[in-house]
Amino acid sequence: MIPAIVVFIYLAVVVYIGIFAFRKATGKEKAEDYFLANRSLGPFVFLLSLFGTNMTAFAILGSSGHAFNNGVVTFGLMATSSALVIPLTIFLCGTRIWALGKKHGFMTPVQIFRDRWECGHIGTVIFFVQAALLVPYIIIGVMGGGTTLNVISGGLVPYWFGGAIVALVVMSYVFFGGMRGTAWVNTFQTILFLVFGAIAVVVIGAGMGGFKSAVNAMLASPATAPLLTRERISPYYFFSYTFIPLSAIAFPHIAIFCLTARKMAQFKKTVIFYPLCIMAIWLPCVFLGVMANRVQDVPQIRAKVEARRVLATQGKTLPPEQRDQLREQSAGDDTLLLLLQRFAPLWLAGLLGAGIMAAVMASDSQILALSTMFTEDIFAFYGGKRRFGEAVQVQTGRIFVILLTLFAYIVALQAPESIFELAIQYAFSGYAALSPLIIAALFWRGSTKWGALAATVWTAFAVVAVAVFHANVPAPAPGATTVCAVIGGVEALTRTPGGTAVFGFMPVVPMVLVSALLMFVVSLATRKPHAATIEKYFARA
Amino acid sequence: MKRLLLALVVVALYASHQDFWNWRTAYPMAFGFIPIGLFYHACFVVACALVMWMLVTFAWPSHLEEEVERGETKKEDAH
Repeated sequence: MIPAIVVFIYLAVVVYIGIFAFRKATGKEKAEDYFLANRSLGPFVFLLSLFGTNMTAFAILGSSGHAFNNGVVTFGLMATSSALVIPLTIFLCGTRIWALGKKHGFMTPVQIFRDRWECGHIGTVIFFVQAALLVPYIIIGVMGGGTTLNVISGGLVPYWFGGAIVALVVMSYVFFGGMRGTAWVNTFQTILFLVFGAIAVVVIGAGMGGFKSAVNAMLASPATAPLLTRERISPYYFFSYTFIPLSAIAFPHIAIFCLTARKMAQFKKTVIFYPLCIMAIWLPCVFLGVMANRVQDVPQIRAKVEARRVLATQGKTLPPEQRDQLREQSAGDDTLLLLLQRFAPLWLAGLLGAGIMAAVMASDSQILALSTMFTEDIFAFYGGKRRFGEAVQVQTGRIFVILLTLFAYIVALQAPESIFELAIQYAFSGYAALSPLIIAALFWRGSTKWGALAATVWTAFAVVAVAVFHANVPAPAPGATTVCAVIGGVEALTRTPGGTAVFGFMPVVPMVLVSALLMFVVSLATRKPHAATIEKYFARA
Repeated sequence: MKRLLLALVVVALYASHQDFWNWRTAYPMAFGFIPIGLFYHACFVVACALVMWMLVTFAWPSHLEEEVERGETKKEDAH
């Protein structure tokens, strides 16, 4: 119970930060103050909270779980591709988004699109596709909170109650603190995770008798030796993953966050230190996830290893339902928590649990982003701000925060978590496929609203198509594939144990390439915005 | 020319992410316990930070800052 008490204290601190941010706000009824912290964030808060915004439950718990089953490849797959692509897109696009926001008062990406391409309802279509891809994150955040509190308290805090507490805490500090509160909380959470992540490595390493002996033992076993190489993942799959971080700049919460910096110079430290922050958090998570395979005295971990072994040796002869069941049993998302329970003293497990809660609660930025988008792109665009005023707009944003959190909580209680984990995987690919929109808007004079619409509709179609394909073609056993379409003797569409392959690549590759192609071809064939509008975006000093 | 060189550095960095030569081996072990594939990618992250420093130092879009400052000065003058 001690770890749970420490986590509750942490949650209380987080709520206080939100309320403190509310008291510090100078223009409480101003939309820019509530939604963008008055574009006034300093370099330290900007770096850590932007980074914290990207560190979701999926990133922390999912990375160690993925590493548990797939090995050290997880770091190259998910972390280092992000270490290059995310800061690069922040450098190229984030700085331009910031400048446009400062010059023209934009508060959301859709506002930029509407102005840049002289469109109204096409912006609304983009809003709905962005919102549909963002909602699963918020739901999985509530689910992750419920699960984490349940595990940390040793089952004393039931899932429904843990989820309710996390939803209430996130809602409170977003409701009161808006962007300022969210950024401060994210900064606090990132520091917590960076500090206690390092401690976790030392404590767990010492508990295991040193990593050297654990690694040597893994190398000696044919079942675990491949986890220290990358042979379980194909080079095509590995390459495909470099497309996923393109999603970062297309995520509304990241683009909106780029508008909060006081000065453009604040991007400098963020761009340089972002890769190092990624390493500081992901390397321990991945390494500990791999090392968990050597922990024989935790029954839950032993059961996972056994389920994986049965799947690998007998998977081909088992029915699809049983394979799915074994996959679920071998999933390692709670590996990090189990290691903490096993090796960390109670008080430290509590602090580390609080650090993990910090990552789980990263859905705050998405909630605020959706609220900002709704009030700016829908409420204000369709006349609400003009008729009712800015103060009502801010109140509408706050009410939206409550309704959205309530909705996420109710759905989190009803639906199985695996559905939303899948939805998040599609969402990453979907947002990556939307990245040509922001790149074209900022860098290509010739882009048009019809090109943007074509890319957006394609993205929505592709995400649904991949989801339907996944739902209807059962995953094969490890090592096997189900070929569904062959073109010119080449396997064009394949169901793999981990997902789908298109010509050997992950779906994100064709999704991004076709989206970019549609943006290009349709823009070439359609009428450009007026010269004055184009000059507004591309005039040089 | 400077921008072209920087673009080439970024492309080379992106290409070096695909280190197929470390694919099927864990050896040599860095510090005795970090498999080479993992160590290579840890070094890759440090290289990313260095390249980002180069971009910020040699290709910073300062014209954007200047445009914003000019706009703010105009607004203040109008007030």
